[in-house]
Amino acid sequence: MIQVDGLTKRYGERTAVRGLTFSAKKGEIVGFLGPNGAGKTTTMRILTGFIPPSEGQAVVAGFDVLTESLEVRKRVGYLPENVPIYPEMTVVQYLDFMAELRQIPDREERVDEVMEVVHIEQRAESFVGNLSKGLRQRVGLGQALLHKPEVLIMDEPMDGFDPQEQVDVKKLFRELGQDHTVMLSTHILAHAQELCDRIIIINNGVIVAEDTPERLSSQIAGGGRIHLKVDGDGTGLLETLRGVAGVTDAQTKVEGEFEIETAPGQDLRPALARAVVSGNWNLLELNREHMSLEEIFIQLTKGEEPEAEGVEE
Amino acid sequence: MKNIWTIAKREFNMYFVSPVAYAVAFAFLIVLGLIFYGNFTQAVVGAGFGGGGSPDYVGWVLSPFTTLMLFLSPAVTMRLMAEEQRTGTLELLLTAPVREWELVTGKWLAAFGFMAVIVFLTGIYGLILNNYTTPGLDRGAILVAYVGLLFMIAAMLAVGVFASTLFSNQIATFFAAMAFLLALWLVSLPFRNDTGTLATVFNYLDFSGHFYNNFYNGSVDLADVVYFSSLTALFLFLATRVVESRRWR
Repeated sequence: MIQVDGLTKRYGERTAVRGLTFSAKKGEIVGFLGPNGAGKTTTMRILTGFIPPSEGQAVVAGFDVLTESLEVRKRVGYLPENVPIYPEMTVVQYLDFMAELRQIPDREERVDEVMEVVHIEQRAESFVGNLSKGLRQRVGLGQALLHKPEVLIMDEPMDGFDPQEQVDVKKLFRELGQDHTVMLSTHILAHAQELCDRIIIINNGVIVAEDTPERLSSQIAGGGRIHLKVDGDGTGLLETLRGVAGVTDAQTKVEGEFEIETAPGQDLRPALARAVVSGNWNLLELNREHMSLEEIFIQLTKGEEPEAEGVEE
Repeated sequence: MKNIWTIAKREFNMYFVSPVAYAVAFAFLIVLGLIFYGNFTQAVVGAGFGGGGSPDYVGWVLSPFTTLMLFLSPAVTMRLMAEEQRTGTLELLLTAPVREWELVTGKWLAAFGFMAVIVFLTGIYGLILNNYTTPGLDRGAILVAYVGLLFMIAAMLAVGVFASTLFSNQIATFFAAMAFLLALWLVSLPFRNDTGTLATVFNYLDFSGHFYNNFYNGSVDLADVVYFSSLTALFLFLATRVVESRRWR
């Protein structure tokens, strides 16, 4: 449904995204995760045909975003960041206008349906400008669903919802994910972890990781942190542990307990056990801690200064 | 094509919930009313008509109207594209299956519709004056002048729409539009008494001449129709290009 190949976007001197390659299948929810300014909005704007890529190709719903932009736009529902609205229109007027632009038959009926889906029907006659952020987000979402798009692209869709609303909206997204291709961006990891079938982590315009939430956390936590406990105070063990190949750091906070950081990609537990035993310490506990996605994220994106993204024009 | 109508309809309705539009309409009608009343009483006192003379309706109403357009029409167009850019709704419209030129044309059409309403309202002065004149006003000549006025308004609003694409700040687009209009209005001034090629060109470009030389006097010259139509098309084209320019920035 979405096929992106070597996508690059430059704004003058600055490269917003660099050589992105990824794909999304029908019925898949793909999360686009990254710090602010990583290139998420730029990528989504390219996929929706708002701006063209500088290099590379993107095919959405079977059409090229550059050469067949209009066909792409007919098949994509887009919820831009910060939900642009016309404050002086009522919810119904706004949705009806968008439906008319999309040339939807039986407009009135479809607008009613959509208002029901996003639970805004009680506020149908309210001015969009007077709605809370969460309600406004619902209106924006409704607008994106009007034409029953094959692909749904949402930029920071969870912004502005209170915790109760978030629960409802996540449920809605999961339902939508069953027969739409959904691509959403977020900088909140918990949302991506909970919602997405697949997560693409992007930083400074390049993809730094891509996998299912589970595999992503186990892949990196394969290295990660090991917790070790010995009988007694374990004097001198710290140096021994630091000497084991693959250990990047070791700390002790409580006497006899050690936190060991290891390089990713290998399991150091056997080597550490041998080192402890051969030094005549009595090993009591040895276990691997699973890194949360949060930690993976920080690990993947640390050390690189995020560029400011030109969202405002 | 249908999109033009959708956009125009929404925008036209927005004029009637916007305080700016009411202020503009008020400014037009109050100034025109004062000028009309002033001329009217003076003519009655001087017995310029009623005693046989004919009132200069076009001079009393349409001539000040064109002058007011220079200063007030930028307020009608300033918001059209600038606001879409500022609030980000442009992104919404252009990720729907809407082409740039449809958007620009729809916006212009809405502004034209709004101004047409104001023009229509000035007809009240014609009705009043007609009552006091025997055998009545020269309707043919007045109609021609009105048609000319509408052609000129179309071009002026296209200039305004173009200006509105340049910035996302409405005040900036207001003054840009006014600057363009005044420049077009006065462009022939330095060449009034010249006959060189350059003078011919600038005299042709001059906005006011194309209204005052023929339409104003009740006659139609195809050259003027072509001039205003091409100016409208040119500025709408330029506006479209500016909206599209986000693609190559």
